[in-house]
Amino acid sequence: MTDLLAARSQMAMSLGFHIVFAEIGVAMPLMMVLAEWRWLRTGDRGYLELAHRWAKGVAILFAVGAVSGTVLSFELGLLWPGFMRFAGAIVGVPFSLEGFAFFTEAIFLGVYLYGWERLSARAHLTAGIIVAASGAASAVFVLMVNAWMNTPTGVTMAAGKIVGVDPIAGMLSPAAFPQALHMVLAAYASTGLAVAGVHAFMLRRGATRGFHRRALLVALWVGGPAAVLQPLSGDISARMVARTQPVKLAALEGQFATERGAPLRLGGWPDEEAATTRFALEIPHGLSLLAFHEWNAEVKGLTDVPRADWPPVAPVHVSFQLMVALGSAMMLTALWATWVGWRKREIADQPWLLGALVLVAPFGFIATELGWMVTEIGRQPWVVHGLLRTADAVTPMPGLVVPLTVFTLLYVVLGAVVVALISAMVRDTAAEPAGDARAPFEEDA
Amino acid sequence: MTGRLAGFGLPELFAGIIVAALNVYVLTGGADFGGGVWDLFASGPRRDAQRRLIAQTIGPIWEANHVWLVLVVVLTFTTFPAVFATLGTVLHIPLALMLVGIVLRGTAFVFRGYGSRTLEQRRHWGRLFAMASTFTPLLLGIAIGAVASGAAGAAGAVSAASAAPAPDSTTTFLAVYVAPWWSPFPVAVGILALTLFAMVAAVYLAYETHDEGLREDFRWRALAASAAVFVAAFGALIAAHFDAPLMRAGLVGSAWALPFQLVTGAAAITAIGALWRRRYAIARLAAAAQLSLILWGWALAQFPYVVPPQLTIRNSVAPRITLVIVAWALAAGAVLLIPSLLYLRRTFETKRSR
Repeated sequence: MTDLLAARSQMAMSLGFHIVFAEIGVAMPLMMVLAEWRWLRTGDRGYLELAHRWAKGVAILFAVGAVSGTVLSFELGLLWPGFMRFAGAIVGVPFSLEGFAFFTEAIFLGVYLYGWERLSARAHLTAGIIVAASGAASAVFVLMVNAWMNTPTGVTMAAGKIVGVDPIAGMLSPAAFPQALHMVLAAYASTGLAVAGVHAFMLRRGATRGFHRRALLVALWVGGPAAVLQPLSGDISARMVARTQPVKLAALEGQFATERGAPLRLGGWPDEEAATTRFALEIPHGLSLLAFHEWNAEVKGLTDVPRADWPPVAPVHVSFQLMVALGSAMMLTALWATWVGWRKREIADQPWLLGALVLVAPFGFIATELGWMVTEIGRQPWVVHGLLRTADAVTPMPGLVVPLTVFTLLYVVLGAVVVALISAMVRDTAAEPAGDARAPFEEDA
Repeated sequence: MTGRLAGFGLPELFAGIIVAALNVYVLTGGADFGGGVWDLFASGPRRDAQRRLIAQTIGPIWEANHVWLVLVVVLTFTTFPAVFATLGTVLHIPLALMLVGIVLRGTAFVFRGYGSRTLEQRRHWGRLFAMASTFTPLLLGIAIGAVASGAAGAAGAVSAASAAPAPDSTTTFLAVYVAPWWSPFPVAVGILALTLFAMVAAVYLAYETHDEGLREDFRWRALAASAAVFVAAFGALIAAHFDAPLMRAGLVGSAWALPFQLVTGAAAITAIGALWRRRYAIARLAAAAQLSLILWGWALAQFPYVVPPQLTIRNSVAPRITLVIVAWALAAGAVLLIPSLLYLRRTFETKRSR
């Protein structure tokens, strides 16, 4: 394994690990706040218990997200000093703002998790709302950085170096809005439907129904609308990619030759050597229509640019197709649940719908990972599209396979522990009475 | 001195802000790590009560405290990108190890608090939390020591000069990626950081608790840690003599050195005296002042270098427009965050008044 590949793998692994917790950190606070608000509105203590129980899980998940995010901030320098030297002054501005948003989130999460007894109900709920809002703001600022890497604006170049920067223009690059929208919706859809799936699973097993019914409803209220809206935001993103990153679009659609009225390829395996995508079901004019909303629009093919500037085509194309498929399944499940709710039926009484919710529970997180593979692998060989190659950004330190191994082992163990702890918490809901989120340290050590 | 002040502008302001953020981090996050050290050394009849006090004290605030470190990192790469790139390259190994410590400390702490169902599990996570809390400050101090000694900067110049992939010979690797931090001065600074964090943590804990027995426990621990700080500081000074010429010159030779050393020493003696006489509020202030003065002493001694002997504030700073925007963001952020932080502290700092 080359050092460059080791560095890319470590970054991908760190991001892939962190992003799950980041999504949960964006969406769970909203769900806790909704549950607590329902309790305050209706006086139904079942919703308070729900907020308590979710808070226990969030305490763990948020901490893992916070430390894995710290790892990423350091890895920018440990693995990509060339990138930071090149772009620190411009990507640092949205990162600084993200720092403040994260700070606000951490402060009020402390207030929320430990303040059940010390604050009035209204103050406590407000703290939760601040956590939810600053979590979403964090995501938007981080996405501004990634958007700039895809569609860099606000820089003046001379001889391969940045000589003038406009950080505000850099934050508002063409990809910023579509990517931020897509990611925030992904956080709500993935987390909402994953939590809904967990509670659907418990309901199917016949666990204490009142608690899980409430949980399922709140989770669907967050995950459902986001899952239904996500394809629309995907369309906005895809059209932006078509406009600003034709090579990435060609890779994700498996489009090798430039053509007018390009077909949409469902499935298929891109063969880079033969410069063709095999075994795909082609819908005539579909790609031109989707990417440019025009029957005969010209779609640039990969063969328009030198081979050295191609991203690895097959992983990008396949990831993209899978992401769309999983997202569609989530949307359909959410529409099904909406239909059932619309007809005033109990979702918890529909075994088939519950089964579907259990099935799609992991889809959101998987689709998120796939989406990141599309946008990151699809940008290769560039780290900053058109301006800086990934190979020129990597650290000169040799032996990068060692840190890759260390951090992979660390995260594998950490991931396994988190899954075990959260599963145990979920299992407890079947047995034990109301959870107590207030006093995690009261027992003897 | 006047010559220096004449050159004071936005770049110097940002260098100062970064040191200030690091200062807040060592006073808050550093003390949280120090708490973990005392978890490791919990002993005597009140062993469990000591651990409980530590967990209750840092529980609601450690994540917010930890963000100060993230702020230091982000401000550094935004306003001094070349510094971040150089340190990320040369100090890869200690910083990566420090990250492992940060990850283990934070996760083990929440796993103990929220995820343990048996005493056995609680004890396992507690042990990991305590060991990671001890290990991490050592590496933070080592990294700072490697910057202060000038070795990191010198190695950074080597790694930047060999633009082609460096010859993979072991000697080159050791010289550029290991020697700068694995030498007496950085290691001495690592030990100094650990003893300082443990010292402030013990003082804070003695101040925080309302239990007489626990207060005496942490009073003795604070006194012992203060003694350890003296030994470690003396060790660092001796190591500086051989290993860190810039620190030696700054801390011994310059005009402000003597008064600065005297004030730092006075803070240390005040802390010990106040502990002895059980004046915990004064001890807390004095201990915090001592730690802060040591940090600022380092910063001033290497001024105007950020990473001596090559990167100065002026030759590594980001374009002015970036500084201006971040300055506004900082001002807005401060308006938002300072009341929030005070609110957080006020919400959970009611133990003594009740």
